[in-house]
Amino acid sequence: MSSSDERRDEAEKPVVSRRNFLKGTGVAGVALTIPLAPGAEAQAGVAGVTVIGPERSKITLNVNGTPRALEVEPRVTLLDALRNDLDVTGAKRVCDRATCGACSVILDGKLVYGCSVLAIEAQGRKIETVESLASNGQLHPVQKAFVDNDAQQCGFCTPGFVMACKSLLDHHPEPSADDIRLGLGGNLCRCGTYVGIKAAVAQAATEMKKTRTKGGRRNG
Amino acid sequence: MAEYKWPEESKRKYIGKRISRLDGPDKVSGRAKYTFDINRPGMLFGKVLRSPHAHAKIVSIDTSAAESMPGVKGVRIIQGPGTEIQWAMDEIALVAAVDEGTAEDAARAIKVKYEVLPHVVNERELASVPAANRRPPTEQTKGDPAAAFSGAEVIVEDVYGNDVITHCCLETHGLVTEWPGANNVLLHQSTQSISSNGGEMARALQLPAGSVEVKMDHIGGGFGSKFPVDRWGVEATKLSKQLGGAPIKLMLERDAELTVAGTRPSAYAKVKVGAKKDGTLVAWESESWGSGGVAGTGMPPYPYVWQFANQKTRHHSISTNNGPQRAWRAPNHPQACLVTMGALEDLAAKIGMDPLDFVLKNIEMTGVRANVYRDELLKGAEMIEWKKIWRPRGQGGVGSTSTVKRGLGLSLHTWGGGGHASDCDLTVHPDGSVEIKIGSQDLGTGTRTTIQIVVAESLAVPREMVKVHLGSNKYPPSGSSGGSTTIGGVSASSRRASIDALNLLLEKVAPTLGTTADKLEAVDGKIQVIGDPTKSMTWKQACAKLGTQPITTRGKNPGRENLTSAGVGGVQMADVSVDIETGIIRMNNFIAVQDCGLIIDMKTAESQVFGAMIMGVTFSLYEEKIMDDQTGRMLNPNMEFYRLAGLADIGNFKVHMMTGKGYDERGPIGLGEPPTVSPGAAISNAVANAIGVRVSTLPLTPDRVLAALARKGGQAS
Repeated sequence: MSSSDERRDEAEKPVVSRRNFLKGTGVAGVALTIPLAPGAEAQAGVAGVTVIGPERSKITLNVNGTPRALEVEPRVTLLDALRNDLDVTGAKRVCDRATCGACSVILDGKLVYGCSVLAIEAQGRKIETVESLASNGQLHPVQKAFVDNDAQQCGFCTPGFVMACKSLLDHHPEPSADDIRLGLGGNLCRCGTYVGIKAAVAQAATEMKKTRTKGGRRNG
Repeated sequence: MAEYKWPEESKRKYIGKRISRLDGPDKVSGRAKYTFDINRPGMLFGKVLRSPHAHAKIVSIDTSAAESMPGVKGVRIIQGPGTEIQWAMDEIALVAAVDEGTAEDAARAIKVKYEVLPHVVNERELASVPAANRRPPTEQTKGDPAAAFSGAEVIVEDVYGNDVITHCCLETHGLVTEWPGANNVLLHQSTQSISSNGGEMARALQLPAGSVEVKMDHIGGGFGSKFPVDRWGVEATKLSKQLGGAPIKLMLERDAELTVAGTRPSAYAKVKVGAKKDGTLVAWESESWGSGGVAGTGMPPYPYVWQFANQKTRHHSISTNNGPQRAWRAPNHPQACLVTMGALEDLAAKIGMDPLDFVLKNIEMTGVRANVYRDELLKGAEMIEWKKIWRPRGQGGVGSTSTVKRGLGLSLHTWGGGGHASDCDLTVHPDGSVEIKIGSQDLGTGTRTTIQIVVAESLAVPREMVKVHLGSNKYPPSGSSGGSTTIGGVSASSRRASIDALNLLLEKVAPTLGTTADKLEAVDGKIQVIGDPTKSMTWKQACAKLGTQPITTRGKNPGRENLTSAGVGGVQMADVSVDIETGIIRMNNFIAVQDCGLIIDMKTAESQVFGAMIMGVTFSLYEEKIMDDQTGRMLNPNMEFYRLAGLADIGNFKVHMMTGKGYDERGPIGLGEPPTVSPGAAISNAVANAIGVRVSTLPLTPDRVLAALARKGGQAS
């Protein structure tokens, strides 16, 4: 399932519970990694399942190609670990419950809400944040299109929208109106930048197509 | 010598052009740091314990369990025993701990006993508001409305209004506060008021005004809700001092943001308005009410824009147990506009006139901006193809089907938007680079970008040579960003600073060019003799003449020669489709025609208008702070049920900015508020035109649309 297909599911079910969302991301064993009282943990101990917490645990996260060591409680979300423990603050905390998309990051190639993935679940997975898109000081075509079309005002939703657009165009290089509606339907803006964002998607799609035809997709 | 006055259109290189915002690359790459992103060494996390009751007296507070928890560094009671809490989620106590989870656990471990008192949280039905919650009504009469109504041939009477909405800033309110020394404070605060917050915090702490430094590079939305340092900011700063000055980050949770950090007050009004059969407006009468929390709320300016010779207004301010109102983009205007333009649309429909013709017929009643409105109405009608699509009320506009009805609606609005007081320091360095320091803030409106444009234009240098520094109260003070006052203030002060600096430079280099400063001008990166480009030197060569001493000038607004003015007009027209089986409204097209004097950056100006219209779609169709009568609490303090429009909800938007003669010479005028005013009225009117009945209260949710259709005896089941 591509990330935009996943968003499609969400769009059709407007009320997405965190649990459903976690299932949707393909994360196994969610219930078992939710911190439990020590006694409960032992009872929950199933062969082959690693029990973590409730105390802080040492973990390593692969963030934008760099392994980063940190110590977090199991209840800490990927978003908060990035922001509070690793000072990677591009992804924003806004609704903190899988509605607004400001925390969007790409996990093993799939767009996810960072507020709805636990940090401990992201171990061993490839985490891409908005900070990784520009290379050698050059903005990614999606980023450049956001600047050119003024697809931002306060900019607090922008990193999430940029990641959602990148994911959309990675999976749908020539997106239809419906692809855009569904692919970006999981992100919200308060300043009202959607007119610019629509124009940015169109520009970025054209630019990325040019790059591809020249040979070699950039930035995956 | 250069003059302060704005350059003629033919001489503008940057002003009025489409220029991408200066901080765009930082924002798209995650480099832009907001207050929420600030991480300081040894930083603690603050969490607030809040009242579960809308009205209660605090009997006792026990913080011992919280204080003894590992990782908890401090607990501070904000409102102690004996205090009467007036709204749910008001602050009781603050905890600082080593991480967020611990701070949350500790806040939960504080035990508070309350004596619960009766509350009132809803005021939509005036009759059901207890007498104790109503202030004595205010009444104003002009002319002889009773006599005028007796001469009216057509009269409409109905109720119009909108419920309380919130600002819903994506970056919640908050700050990171610390004491770098025993008697000085460093604040990183999400604020619209960088220059005044230091003094405000210092007063609260009884410190000299200069001892609090405030910094903010970027802000994730304010919309009028982020002016003060707030009690939670003061309390966090006091707790930091108790803890040896350690930095504390306190950002509100989403539910608190929507509950206590600002609302736009409700506004309801029973309106009677009369006209002659030919459409001539004759009289207005309204009885209105609304609430912005415990303090009630004042009367919006009814009737809005239209100046009736005969009118009577009566207003009830209602006190409710809700979090207090704060300025919300164009305070009181959207409400007054909705009520007024709604009633006028209904009157036009009753007379049987096209509202466009009706408004144009009476346009002189709008006063000094009648000609602006007339031009804008005609432009807007052309953009939305009004005459082609519009059909009389209830018939359904062109393209309607048996179940989906199309309608058009229009509205007009005004706002002041004159420039605020603003100081700035501009430095021209001997290497030719230019810096400007200004105690302003960029709310995402493009303030940085416009300052750079003004300076580069004034000095005739490339924009890239101008570095803009804002977001610190250590820079010369500039006004709060509210009421659309920023562009007028900062453009005027930076223009004056630039021209003064340029004239000093011209004096410095005049001898080298064998002339006097009054014979020189700056053009395209050169200083040249006026009218003789052969006698010139490059900007860099000129600046090198400064030797080791840069030029620094202080620009001010207000100042010599007026560079900005106040008062704009705008028109908006909405084209909607309403499914009369489901009550769902879809935006087809939405257009805005807006005046804001001289436009500094067309690209970010248009973004402001688009943004205001989208926010307008949101508050017209979706936004409502839903209060529960039983518990006195907000039922939707989150972003799944406090709904904002998404990208797919907005339809096709077009913006036309009025520029050129009659507009440019007024200088820059603020644009944040005006386009926020009309959407509710334009969309509500379009829905009434489509379905043949008024949905009286915003938001125009499907249930309300169906209820209105049912009242009309229409097709709704």
